[in-house]
Amino acid sequence: MNKDYKWHYGLFLGCVIPNRYPMIEASIRNVFDHLGAKLLDLPGASCCPAPGVFRAFHIPTWLVIAARNISIAEEIGVNPLTGCNGCYGTLRDAWYELEHEYELKKEVNEYLAKIGRTYKGNLEPKHVVQALYLDMGLDYLKDYIKLKFSDLKVAVHYGCHIVKPSDKRPWDGEYEAPRFLDEIVELTGAKSIEYKDKYMCCGAGGAVRTAVKEVAADFTREKLTNMRNAGVDIVIDCCPFCHLQLDLGQMEANSIFKNEIGEPFKIPVIYITQLLGLSFGMDPNLLGLVKNHELTGVPPFISVEPFLNIVKGQLT
Amino acid sequence: MSENVEKYIKRKVFMSTSSRIAQKFVDAGLEKIRACINCGTCTGGCPSGRRTAYRTRSAIRKALTGDESVLQDIDIWLCSTCYYCYERCPRNIPVTDMIIKLRNIAVEEGYILDSHFGLANDIFYTTGHGVPANGEANKKWRDLRESYGLPPLPPTVHSYPEAVKECQELMKIVGFKKLMDNAGKLKEERAKKEKSNKEE
Repeated sequence: MNKDYKWHYGLFLGCVIPNRYPMIEASIRNVFDHLGAKLLDLPGASCCPAPGVFRAFHIPTWLVIAARNISIAEEIGVNPLTGCNGCYGTLRDAWYELEHEYELKKEVNEYLAKIGRTYKGNLEPKHVVQALYLDMGLDYLKDYIKLKFSDLKVAVHYGCHIVKPSDKRPWDGEYEAPRFLDEIVELTGAKSIEYKDKYMCCGAGGAVRTAVKEVAADFTREKLTNMRNAGVDIVIDCCPFCHLQLDLGQMEANSIFKNEIGEPFKIPVIYITQLLGLSFGMDPNLLGLVKNHELTGVPPFISVEPFLNIVKGQLT
Repeated sequence: MSENVEKYIKRKVFMSTSSRIAQKFVDAGLEKIRACINCGTCTGGCPSGRRTAYRTRSAIRKALTGDESVLQDIDIWLCSTCYYCYERCPRNIPVTDMIIKLRNIAVEEGYILDSHFGLANDIFYTTGHGVPANGEANKKWRDLRESYGLPPLPPTVHSYPEAVKECQELMKIVGFKKLMDNAGKLKEERAKKEKSNKEE
C-alpha cells in the first residue's frame, strides 16, 4: 500500500469547508490523492482568521493567529494548502506582510513564543487551484483525464481573493481577466461560457453576508442573472464561501427578489475538484456528489441532480 | 521613502480637527490616503456601491478630513473586500486595506454590529472557528461530515482542546479580548443612552 507521492501539502481546512460543505473536503482529499499528492493534516489549526471579519476587527489578532496556523505547517515541513479563497487571502497576505516587514515578524514571534511556537515564513501558502495549475500543470492533469463532457456549459466563478490583491498572488499580476481556472475546467471537455461581469464578487465576503444578508443576496442575484442569460448548465467555483453564497444565497435571492427575477434560479453549484474527479473517472461518492443521508437543512440547497443527469448522459 | 513623500504627501493632514480619532487615523497609517485626488475610480468599480449607499471615495474623503461619522455609518461594513479599488487606484493607494483599518478604528470606538460582535466574541473566541461544528446545536453538521466518509469533527481546533486554549491565550495577549470587552461596554452604554433619550 506504499504509494509514492510526488507532492506533499498540509491541508488547511479553515471553517466553511469542514463544518458546512464537507463534500468539498472529501473531493479535495480524494482528487489530490488520486493525482499523487499527499495531504497531511494540520492538527489544531483554527479559523484562518477570516479576512473580512476578524482582520476588520483587529489587524494584530488576525496576523498572529494566521502566523500560528502557518507555523503548524512549518512544524511538519509542508506548504499550507487551502481550498478557500478567504483562507488563501489571510494566509498569503499574512505571509507576504511578514516576509517584507522584519520588525513585524519579530513582534509576531514574541507573541507566538508565549505559546511555545515560532513562525519562520519559509513555506509559501498555496491554493488548491494554484497547486493544480502551477505545481502540477495542465499537461500533468491531462494524463489523468479519462472521460470528457460532450456539451457541458459552465459559468466559471473565480471569486476575489484567489487573484487579488494581485501583487501578493502568483498569477503575474493578472486580475482583470485570468484564464487559469477556465483552462482547468476545459480539460474536462466542458465549455467555459463568457458571461457579463464574470469576475464580479459573489457578495458574501468582507463581512457583508453577516452584516446585511440582503446586500450579499443582491450581488448574487446579479451574478446568477448574468449566468442564466448566458445559458449555462452549472457554476464551477474554487471557494467554499462563494460556494455557500451561490448555493444557499441562490435560495435567498430566489425568495428576497422573487418579484424581480421571474423564474427562480436553479443552477447547480459544483466545486472544481468535484468536476475534475468525474473526468478522471472517479466514483461520484468519493467526490461528495451523492447524497447519502436523511438530514434536512444541509447543502446542497440547490439540487445537483440536473448536473448528475448531464454526467450520466454525456460523460464518455 | 523619498524625502518628497515625507514632505508633501505624508504631512499632517488633520490640521482643521484636533480630535482624538483624527489622531488615530494618522497612527493607523491612513495618511497614505493623502495621495487621494478623489477621482472616484474606487467608487466606479465598486460592486457594493452599485446597490448600496456605500461610496468608497466618500469614506476615504471623510477619513482624510477627520470626519468621524464615517465610523458610525454601516457603509464601511458593506465593502465586500473584492479589491477592485485597491487594484485600480491610479494613485496606488491600497484602498481596501484602508477601509479595513477604518473598521479597526470603528470597533475600537465600539461601532460594531451585533452580528459581528457575536461572531467575534462568542463564536471565534470560544471555539477557534468562525463557523463551528461542535456542540449540540451543530450535530447535523457532524452527521453530514460522516455521510461523506469523514470523521465527525475535523482535525482542527475542534479535535484539539489545547489548541483552542492556545488561540485564546494569543487573543488575550494581543489585545483582542480587551478590545471586544471594551466594544461590548461601549455598545451597551450607547444603547442605554439611546433608550433614555427616547423616553425623554
